[in-house]
Order: sequence, then structure tokens, then C-alpha cells
Amino acid sequence: MCLAIPGKVLEIQQDPQGVRMGKTNFGGIVKQVCLEYTPDVQCGDYVLVHVGFALSKVDEEEAERTYRILEEMKQLGELETPDMNSSPSANNGDSS
Amino acid sequence: MKYLDEYRDQNLAEKLVQEIQRTITRPWVLMEVCGGQTHSIVKYGLDHLLPNEVELVHGPGCPVCVTSLEMIDKALAIAARPDVIFCSFGDMLRVPGSHVDLLILKSQGADVRVVYSPIDCLKIARANPDKKVVFFAIGFETTAPANAMSVWQAKQQGVKNFSILVSHVLVPPSIACILQSPLNRVQAFLGPGHVCTVMGYREYEPIAARFRVPIVITGFEPLDLLEGILMALRQLEQGRAAVENQYSRVVKREGNRIAVELVDKVFDVCDRKWRGVGSIPKSGYKLRGEFHDHDAERLFDVKEIDTKEPDICISGLVLKGVKKPHDCPAFGKQCTPEHPLGATMVSAEGACAAYYTYGRHLHSQERQPPPAHATETVLP
Repeated sequence: MCLAIPGKVLEIQQDPQGVRMGKTNFGGIVKQVCLEYTPDVQCGDYVLVHVGFALSKVDEEEAERTYRILEEMKQLGELETPDMNSSPSANNGDSS
Repeated sequence: MKYLDEYRDQNLAEKLVQEIQRTITRPWVLMEVCGGQTHSIVKYGLDHLLPNEVELVHGPGCPVCVTSLEMIDKALAIAARPDVIFCSFGDMLRVPGSHVDLLILKSQGADVRVVYSPIDCLKIARANPDKKVVFFAIGFETTAPANAMSVWQAKQQGVKNFSILVSHVLVPPSIACILQSPLNRVQAFLGPGHVCTVMGYREYEPIAARFRVPIVITGFEPLDLLEGILMALRQLEQGRAAVENQYSRVVKREGNRIAVELVDKVFDVCDRKWRGVGSIPKSGYKLRGEFHDHDAERLFDVKEIDTKEPDICISGLVLKGVKKPHDCPAFGKQCTPEHPLGATMVSAEGACAAYYTYGRHLHSQERQPPPAHATETVLP
């Protein structure tokens, strides 16, 4: 019920009632999302969406920082166990 | 980054589990508050990856599950009226009332519609001026901004035939209620990431301090959950009890101020009855006086309702983290997602439905119970 999904804002416009809406892509499915609670959001930003409302902009720096810490943990671990799968992370060239 | 797949990496998950193993020196009991977290934990089998010393119990954070039977019966009484179009999120349709559910009413001819967002109801109301459009506004703080906006816009735009039946619940009072119970076994919480996206986490700080309990605001992907568990265990092992934020990519300490401001304009805090738990003071929202024209409870004179819960169902104890789904004699037998007896089996996020969906009824002894003294451990 409290499920919220990240999506990428493609286009921003106002609806006939003057409400700020964003056309947002969720992995290929595009839906209209209300952006009234996220006035700073611009095209290209990722937003976290719940029942048609963007509740927060996804903080890219924080996301990458968290992921980097996890990645470092993995790389330390790789000294112990060989990794047979490549990482899904696009910015990681590691395929060992 | 797409903010989903990156947080489902199996190798990273294994490393986190190893780190958890290295961190713990004794048994601990953790509760994930939110039903979405429960669903992820059971779906990905995270509880099975963890060392036996770490027990996860499942919290009350499924609004579908905790909506009181009286409120569901009220919804059913309103939905049965011929002058009403009753709109709801899809997962409320099969929640059993005392006698029927919304889906049965729909099959009997009632105009019951599933909507993706409460805002969709305004369009339905404009298109059907001769009908009364009622939205079943359930949810935790995560859903409150959407429900508040629907009423706010209805008032601003003069959509007079739209009202909401409010059954909002709040997380912090329910956590405090669990911690005050003599049956409580929970030593740390994984806090609800999306509730805190809206509300921030300031209001959790006095709870952590008062009850000496670590609270880690946690996301919903497998790596989020494992990292949240690790952060909570580190606090427990170090004797700390603070609020920490694992889900920093979306949660800020102050939350979304714009959303909270509108929620405060539309809703007022009230006492609320939780299904299976009972009444918790100041644990819900009701509409403020200036929005009475959009308050379905006032607009429809619903008579005193005589509710009836099945005797065998233990969903109340499951919601409080005292019992697990497979402790119930009806689990997977008389009670299944097709024929649910209690609300924790109806919603996909209910602990019983999650256990059933991912096959836990087939092999309920898959995991050794934690050592008996785990339940006696007190916070340092």
C-alpha cells in the first residue's frame, strides 16, 4: 500500500485545472504524475511516486554514495570469494 | 542509475549477510514496520539468508489490514446505495466485512470502481453530477498527501458531489503502542521509508530515546533492507538507540514540508481503532471542520454497525508481531488468499498473504526458531 516507485520525468505541463503534472516513465510505462509536492523537479529528474503523486525527488548523489559503500563492501569480499556474475551497475566496468 | 535493479544485486546481498554475521554476538528481534517491507523480505527470502540469531517479526504497517471492521462495514453500507459511485484502491475490494466485501457488492450491481489515484475520483464526480462519488481514503502518512489533495481540489474547484470516507492511520503511535505492550519482544525497528519520505523522521527521535530502541528508516529493495538490518544490529551491539536513515536517497529528516503543510490544513489528528489491535490514541487523521461537506461519514447516515470477526483468526497478534502467520491453526487451511478470514491474508502486503504467496505454508519448519533466551533479551 505504501509502495512508491521511482520514475523519470519526461515532460512537465499544467492540466486544465492548473495543476502541475509530469509525464513520467516507469521502466517503459508512461503515466501522468502530480508534481505539486515537488516544485523543484525538472525534466530528466527521477521522482518517487505513490498513487499518482511525486513525493520526493530521488537524490542522485545520495543514491550513488550509498551504492558505492555497498560496492566497496563487495570488492573487499571479492578477495575472499570469486565473483561469477557481473554487476548490473552501469558505471562499474567490473566484469570479473 | 535507475534506482531499482542496483539494489537487488545478489552478490552484494551475500556480502551484507556476511557482515551481519560478523556483527552479531547474541540473538536479536527486529520488526520491519511496513507491509511493503514484509512483502520484500518474504519474496526475496531475506529472513532465510539471515543468521538464526536475527529474528524478524512483521509490523502493523499495512493499512488495508488495520482498517477497522466497523469502517469496512460503513464503506459497504455506503457502496450499496444506488445513488453512490464508490471508489477505492484495488486492494480494499476483497477485504471481508462482517457479511460481504466490496467485490461481492459490485457483482450484485453496486457501482464500485477501482482507481489508481484519489484524484481520478474528481474526474468521475465531474462526469456524473447526479451521483455521489465517495472515495475510501485509507492509508498511512504516505497516502495522506494524495487524499488531502483530492479534498482540497474538490473544495477549490467546487466539486460538491465528491466526498471521502477517512480511515487514516499513523505509524509513530502504533510503534509506541507495540513498545508499551507487556508482550513486546521487539528490540529495534526498520522504520517505514515511504511514510518518512512524507513526514521526515523527527517524530521518531523521542520514541528511540524514550524506549531506548534503535530505529533505522529503511527502503524496500533487498539491499536496502539488509543494510537497514545491519545498521540496526550495529546499534544494538554497541548499546546505542538512535534514529538512523538508511534510505537517504529519498528520505530527508524534515520530510516533504509542502506535502505535510497541506495534510495539516485538511486533516486533524484523532483517536483511531485498528483492526486486531484496538483503539490507539491520536493514531489517525480525520477531516477538519471546513471540509465537512466532503466527509462521507457525516454525509451518509450509517447506522450503528454490529461487527463480527471470525473467532479462529489471530491477525491481531500477527499485526503486533507477537505471532507469526504459521502459528495460526487456520493459516493455509480455512484461511487462504482466495477465502481470507482476516485482513492480514487479504492484502498482498499482509504478513499472512506474503507467507502464503511465497509458499511458507508448504514448509513452515524451514527455519529453526531462535534460541529461547532471545525473547528475554533486554536492551543494554
